[in-house]
Amino acid sequence: MSNEPANSSMSPMVTRLDGDAPEIQVSLDILKRGGYVAPVIIAVCAVFAGMDGAISALYGIAIVLVNFLFAAGLVAFTARISLGLMMGAVLFGYLVRLGLIFLAVILVRDASWISLTALGLTIIVTHLGLLVWEMRFVAASLAFPGLKPRK
Amino acid sequence: MEAIAALAALTGDEAKAASAAGSAGFAYGLAAIGPGIGIGYLVGKSVEAMARQPEAAGMVRTTMFLGIAFTEALALIGFVVFILIGL
Repeated sequence: MSNEPANSSMSPMVTRLDGDAPEIQVSLDILKRGGYVAPVIIAVCAVFAGMDGAISALYGIAIVLVNFLFAAGLVAFTARISLGLMMGAVLFGYLVRLGLIFLAVILVRDASWISLTALGLTIIVTHLGLLVWEMRFVAASLAFPGLKPRK
Repeated sequence: MEAIAALAALTGDEAKAASAAGSAGFAYGLAAIGPGIGIGYLVGKSVEAMARQPEAAGMVRTTMFLGIAFTEALALIGFVVFILIGL
């Protein structure tokens, strides 16, 4: 079996993907689910770290959701131009998004309302929790496309 | 050279705090390398798959996006360790 593309016109540098952008749908689902879990996470942080923890948790959730939307927007926008551009945008977008998260935290690190422990734990728990929740739905959709699993 | 001299002039708690901040920043940098390699490999293979089989692009893009986000979680964990220790 050859590793060469079957058709040279299907090179990644010139192939573009028109039509629906599934990442946008995935990130909007994650956004919706983030709205569901946000009160719970904020309440837990409020119990353990008070009002500062609640505000920090809200800030952390916002960082995670904006990060998802930004990543999805970048992939969806560049996939319409070229797959090669999409790859570059994902790699440099990774650096840019890490830098933006770093900036978002550095800007508020000395604020009176910040609780860095609550903020950090919220970022990890929200990011991983929402991903696992979404993956469960996506995996079921891909495995049994006709069944339309409940969200 | 001035920065090294300034670090050498630190004593006690200041030196400890500077060391912690420097180590945390170094750890964050190291923690970002692995996910960077992982995302590059993941997206490269996904692009290859989409170029070979454009009709499966929707499925590939969905799993690629989730894979990117999962891989990025490793960098976020490194970042959280950085903000908890270094800031």
